[in-house]
Formats: sequence, C-alpha cells, structure tokens
Amino acid sequence: MHYLTDEDVRSLELKANEIRQSVIEMLVEAGSGHTAGPLGMADIFTLLYFEILRHNPKDPFWEDRDRLILSNGHICPILYAVMAHSGYFPVSELLTLRKFGSRLQGHPHKETLPGIETSSGPLGSGVSQAVGMALAERINNPYSSKYFYCLTGDGELDCGQIWEAMMLGGKEKLHNLIVIVDRNGIQIDGYTKDVMPLEPLREKFESFNWDVQEVDGHNIRSINDAIGKAQAVYSQPSIIIAHTIPSKGIDVFERDFRWHGNPPGLGPEDFVKKSEQAAVALKKLRTLNGYINTHEYE
Amino acid sequence: MNMSNTLLAQHVNPNLFNSDVETAPNRNGYGNGLKEAGELDERVVALSADLVGSTKTNIFAEAFPQRFIQVGIGEQSLASVASGMAAMGKIPFIASYAMFSPGRSWEQVRTTIAYNGSNVKIIGAHSGISVGPDGATHQAIEDIAIMRVIPRMVVIAPCDVHEAERATLAIAKYVGPVYMRLARENTPVITTIGSPFEIGKADIYLTRDKAHKKTVGIISTGTVTYQALVAGRTLNEKGIGASVMHMATIKPLDKAAVLAFAQEHDVIVTVEEHQRMGGLGSSVSEYLSEVFPKKILRMGVDDVFGQSGTPEELLAHYKIDNASIVEGAQKFLQ
Repeated sequence: MHYLTDEDVRSLELKANEIRQSVIEMLVEAGSGHTAGPLGMADIFTLLYFEILRHNPKDPFWEDRDRLILSNGHICPILYAVMAHSGYFPVSELLTLRKFGSRLQGHPHKETLPGIETSSGPLGSGVSQAVGMALAERINNPYSSKYFYCLTGDGELDCGQIWEAMMLGGKEKLHNLIVIVDRNGIQIDGYTKDVMPLEPLREKFESFNWDVQEVDGHNIRSINDAIGKAQAVYSQPSIIIAHTIPSKGIDVFERDFRWHGNPPGLGPEDFVKKSEQAAVALKKLRTLNGYINTHEYE
Repeated sequence: MNMSNTLLAQHVNPNLFNSDVETAPNRNGYGNGLKEAGELDERVVALSADLVGSTKTNIFAEAFPQRFIQVGIGEQSLASVASGMAAMGKIPFIASYAMFSPGRSWEQVRTTIAYNGSNVKIIGAHSGISVGPDGATHQAIEDIAIMRVIPRMVVIAPCDVHEAERATLAIAKYVGPVYMRLARENTPVITTIGSPFEIGKADIYLTRDKAHKKTVGIISTGTVTYQALVAGRTLNEKGIGASVMHMATIKPLDKAAVLAFAQEHDVIVTVEEHQRMGGLGSSVSEYLSEVFPKKILRMGVDDVFGQSGTPEELLAHYKIDNASIVEGAQKFLQ
C-alpha cells in the first residue's frame, strides 16, 4: 500500500491537471479523437503512472515491471500523455498523435511504442489478455509480486468477451489481477443506462467471484486506498468500479455523451462555439483540489 | 498398380494405393506432436475451449496439467488469453473446432494475436466438409480464406497424421502467429515418419508419367491430397501425365515451386476441402496471374454451405473426391 501525504495528493492533482492540458492540446492538434474518457481518467492514470506502477520509463521492457493493459484503446490520449510526462518519450511528441508516421497511433499499437503492453481499439478483449498474462506469470513464478492492471470502459462491458474473461479470472482466482472500470455512464450512442443498462453492476461482478470495490474516480486518496486493498486480496481477482465524470475538468463538457468521440473544436455547440472550444477547454480547466462527489447514474 | 507406385516420391507411403492402406485422423499427430513440443520447450502451453478430447489436446494436458488452461466455451476470450500468455513469454497452442476458432474469434485473432505479433498457434480441428454428419454448422470451409488474409499469419494444412506431428513441432519452433487446420476423420497415411517437413515448402508426391503428352499439375492441401494422389494415378493410367504437389503451407506460398510446376504442365488443378474462393486455389491463381498466366481449375465447394452426410458422400457431392478431380482435369484439358 502506498501511503500518500496531503502534499502528495495535492501534487498528484496538479500533475493530473497538467496532463489534462496535454490531452486537450493533443486532441486539438490531431483534429479527431476522444475527449470524455481521457479527461475522465486523468486522475487514475496519473496516480498509476506516478505512484502505483512498478515500472521504469527508461527501460520499458524491464522484465519485472507491472503490466498495464488498456482495454478501451480509444482513450489512449491519456495513456500517451502520462507516458510522456513520466519519461517514456518527449512530451513534444504528444502533438504527433494520429498523424502519419507517428508512434502515437489513433488506437495503441504495441509494436510501435515501447511501453504499450497491447494493441487495442476493438473493445472487450483487454481483460482476457490480462487474465492470460496473470496465468502465464503464475506458471513462471507462483511467488511473483507483479501486478496486472487492466483498464476498461463501462460501455465495453456490453461485450460478451468481457464476461468470458471474468468467468475465467474468477475460476483461476488470479489475485494479482486488478481491473479498473471507468464508470462514466456514457458511450458513443448515449448514456449507458439507455444504450444497455449495466446495473446492478457490482452484484454482477461479485457473482463472477471477483472482489469488488466502488470508488470516486477523481479522489486520489480513495483510489489509492482501493488499489491498496485490491493488492491485499489473495483469493480472488479484484475489480474497482471507478465512478468518473466524463470530460472531467471542463465544466461545460462534463457528463455529456456527445463529447465521447469528439475533440475540442468539433464537439457539440450548445454552450461553446466550435471555434472557441479549444481555448475554453484550456482556460476553464478546473483545478482538482477537493472532492468531487460520485454522481448518480441509472 | 506397381506402375503407379514408381511415380510416387520416395518418402511417400508405398502402401498408399493399396486397399489396406493405414489410416488415422491427423489430429492425433497434433496431439502427439504437442506433447513432444512440450517436452522440448517448457514455454509451450495449451488452451482449449471445452474441446480437449476431440482436438487431442488431452495428451498434452495429461502430461503437463500445470501448463494447460481450460477456458470453457469462449473462443473469443481463448484467442486473447493466449495473446496475453504469449506477451509473458509463453508459446500458447489454442485448440478448438475451426468453425469456432478462428471462425468466431476472427477479430481477436487479428488484433490481439497478429497485430500484436503474438507467438500464438491456432489449431482448427474438424475443418472441411469431411466433418460429415454434424452438418453445415460445423463444416469450416472458409477458414483458410479468413486466416490467409491476415498479415503475418502462417497457414498450414497437413495431409496426414505424420505430417501433422512434424508440423506441430515445426510451428512450436517458429516465432509468430500460425493457423493450422486439421481434419476429424481417419484418412490414409500418405507420408512416412521420416518424410521431410519445412514451413513454406511444397512437396511433389507424384510425378507424371513422362510418356504422356497432355499434362496436368494438381496442387492440393490438407487430407484431400489423398484424393488428388488417387486421381493422379488414375489420370496417368488414362494417358494423361498428371503430377501431384502437396502444399502443406498455404501461406507463405512456395512461389518457386508453384512457378516451376506451372511451367512443367499444360494446366493446373487445385484441390482443397474449402470454398473455391479465398483458399489455396485463389492463392495459386493470384500468384500465377502476375508471373505466368495459366489456366487453373479450382476444385472446392462452390459458394454454398455443406450438409450432413458421410465424408465420402460429401466429397463426391461437392466434387472434391478423386473421381471428380479426374473428370474435372479431363474436361479442363479438352
């Protein structure tokens, strides 16, 4: 368990804020891509890359590293941003996102960017891969202290393959596997409660024999505590349902599913003119000192 | 009969054309080969989706229970779990029926295995029409096409039990994604234990009688190579110089062998237990159309689904049996 002082928490919040700015700049420069997920997951990714993960950005193939598998590949701008800010590659390279010849493909490609553990984009296959990695590790070293973190969206829980993997993970009692679900309540066609209701979600996971926690996905200390508890569970794999606000940080974008797949500049026009969206996004980015209460869904 | 045997390559079973020819399902060769591969390399692991026995993965699972994973009936997850294991240094073999894996899991195979460059071996058992009584739902006759089109994917269809065993050992050593299709039924043993096998190498099993003027080069893959060989023998007896090349590796295609074969024969006939579209015949046609345009008769299922029946009835109905090959080649030469 990582102990965080109040200063640590504050410093991580500020770092997350800096990373959000990079995400917005990347998306504006690219002219396409997803806004809601990357901004909503900024706090969790910042905590993981700057505090939780055992990794070495200067040696991305270090054998003893923890593995982070991004299942919902479309939120990769946040993955690229934390990777750059933690030293995997220059921050300036972030502006190549989605461009010809870039290592920062529109959806992640393992072979072009060291530090990416799997190529993803088509939804629903990340948990299976994380289960496979954890199974292989158990064969390699039953006393291993590596952790396998898999990040998924909530929309992709519609995929049947997720539940195939959940059954296998539960069956095999993969204690070193921790799945974090971005429960932001939106997907590309609308709110998850309308497209495909997921609740009761906690009970679903529990019935698949996983340890389940729910947490405010913007509260650094709560997330840290939840991951610490998940690491301590020894007889089950763990799942953390992180309640997040899509597009967190920019109040006029927040909670609106129409921001799922648009970059600032091409998003919905109700509150902000398209021509001004990028500027507003950067200007109005909220600082994150203090709690954001878990919002209600279905 | 003796005359025909002299046309056979030295490493082909000399008993091949006799009525008491030995038979075995080639999936047995996979099962034994996988256990050997497991003994040779501890990185080899096996996974199955509730078809451990009929894919013969049980031989490995009994020998190495710690290295076997039963994922249940979830072929999509099967492919991606294997990709995850490969990312941690394992050499996973995933076995199911071809209709389900890779039939159901094509995108997972493409993204999580091939695009990731994962060292996963996909074993599609019960492929082809000869699965028989189970009917069209279980007859994978599109699998070569859907795997062949994926970049990096090697595609192999062994002709018999010995070749399946050698191919299994070869793909365990090869680094990269491989699809190998197997058959359910007992089929004649064509090769011998010592026959050579190399990924990407075609092999001429029967060389035409040089006395005949008209010539046909038959290229076949999988267990129907037996049908091609019987047809080849018959054609030579009927005065047509027929040679038979077995193409165990459909991708990468042995281009040099195909070109030389095309140059040496009047026409080419391809034979496979697969749709005429997208399989071996297409691959041969695509290549030759660019370098050595040639008349090519593609024998296979002609854009329809299969049905229940015995393997013999079905091979005859869909014109993949030796009599149909003989008839097709004769007409094609006219």
